[in-house]
Amino acid sequence: MYAFDIERPSTIADAVSALKAEDSQALGGGQTLIPTLKQRLAMPSALVSLGGIGEMQGVCMSDDGAVCVGGATTHATVASETANSYSGLSGLASHIGDPAVRNRGTIGGSLANNDPSACYPAAVLGSGAEIITNARSIAADDFFEGMFATALDEGEIITEVRFPVPEKANYQKFVQPASRFALVGVFVAKYADGVRVAVTGASEDGVFRWSEAETALSSDFSASAINGLTVSADGMIGDLHGTSEYRAHLVKVMTGRAVAAAS
Amino acid sequence: MPQVKMTVNGKSVGGEVEGRTLLVDFLRGDLRLTGTHVGCDTSQCGACVVHVNGKAVKACTMFAVEADGADVGTIEGQANADGSLNVIQQAFQDHHGLQCGFCTPGMVMSAAALLKDNPKPSEAEVRAYLEGNICRCTGYHNIVKAIMAASGQDVSAIAAE
Repeated sequence: MYAFDIERPSTIADAVSALKAEDSQALGGGQTLIPTLKQRLAMPSALVSLGGIGEMQGVCMSDDGAVCVGGATTHATVASETANSYSGLSGLASHIGDPAVRNRGTIGGSLANNDPSACYPAAVLGSGAEIITNARSIAADDFFEGMFATALDEGEIITEVRFPVPEKANYQKFVQPASRFALVGVFVAKYADGVRVAVTGASEDGVFRWSEAETALSSDFSASAINGLTVSADGMIGDLHGTSEYRAHLVKVMTGRAVAAAS
Repeated sequence: MPQVKMTVNGKSVGGEVEGRTLLVDFLRGDLRLTGTHVGCDTSQCGACVVHVNGKAVKACTMFAVEADGADVGTIEGQANADGSLNVIQQAFQDHHGLQCGFCTPGMVMSAAALLKDNPKPSEAEVRAYLEGNICRCTGYHNIVKAIMAASGQDVSAIAAE
């Protein structure tokens, strides 16, 4: 690693002001950023650790029934704290990485990084969640802007994520066993006004909504409702772990499994 | 350079670190607690697992500064007060849960974290919990068996020796 300064502010306001320094970078749980720094793929002058900010920790319910997750909340905490309030989200969080990674990695860090194979973007897009930053609120549909790209401005911090709770939801991940990222992961959520289907791991543009499946499932929420659909391999990731055709095939298979398992 | 203070295995310790100093390097280099191992240094293998405020974490993927004020537990703090092996360590010995031993500190620390939250795990739960701990010698069978035995469960039905 190149040398850098590190700060641990205890409030969002202090973190925002620390991040105004040139080449400073926010540090969530560090489960992606620290390996990146070790490879010298990033060279910040200062890291601003968000782990000491109490107001960004934990899970609560809003007055309108949404599950609100603080931006610095670890995957392990989301998994345990949402088990009763939003089991689909809890199930997804409980299978990210491995137990030690889940004790450090945070929802805000995962979303800000927007790895094309990360799990959380599927839950956030699939739930139509709202991403709250220190400056504004961003709808999930406007947040993800392609591989490792988001609507966040320089120095903007995800302070909270608000998930409307669906009637039923499920996440199915086809694990890439070495990295434990999703080779393909599909999050399905059934709301009163329709079904949302979000796919991670598959597209070169990162997480996306499979709108044909949403239409089919909105009129018939059963795994067989998508039997007649096909997914194009155009724009799908192809690498040594699986061809683009294979990933396209998995999108449909994992969607069917998620619908069948939704509760 | 930043100063850090923390409790490690019940003792107050402190020191001056760089921003980039990893927790594992502070433990091994500054405190000379070399039981915590660095295997892959890429947060894959779990040889560096320690407890921070009671949670298992990979000490190679956390900065020492982030552990400022924390209660840290390492493999050196696992033995009983009289120096004898604790129940998990003894089970690893009894059930041949190690060969070269390099991964063992991380395995024992992960096992301790698992058994604290889930005192009677199923075999599948043990295997799932060890997802982030890699062993290149044993094939895992005897590690799983040792952890099951340490939880007080009958392991005679687990076939592999």
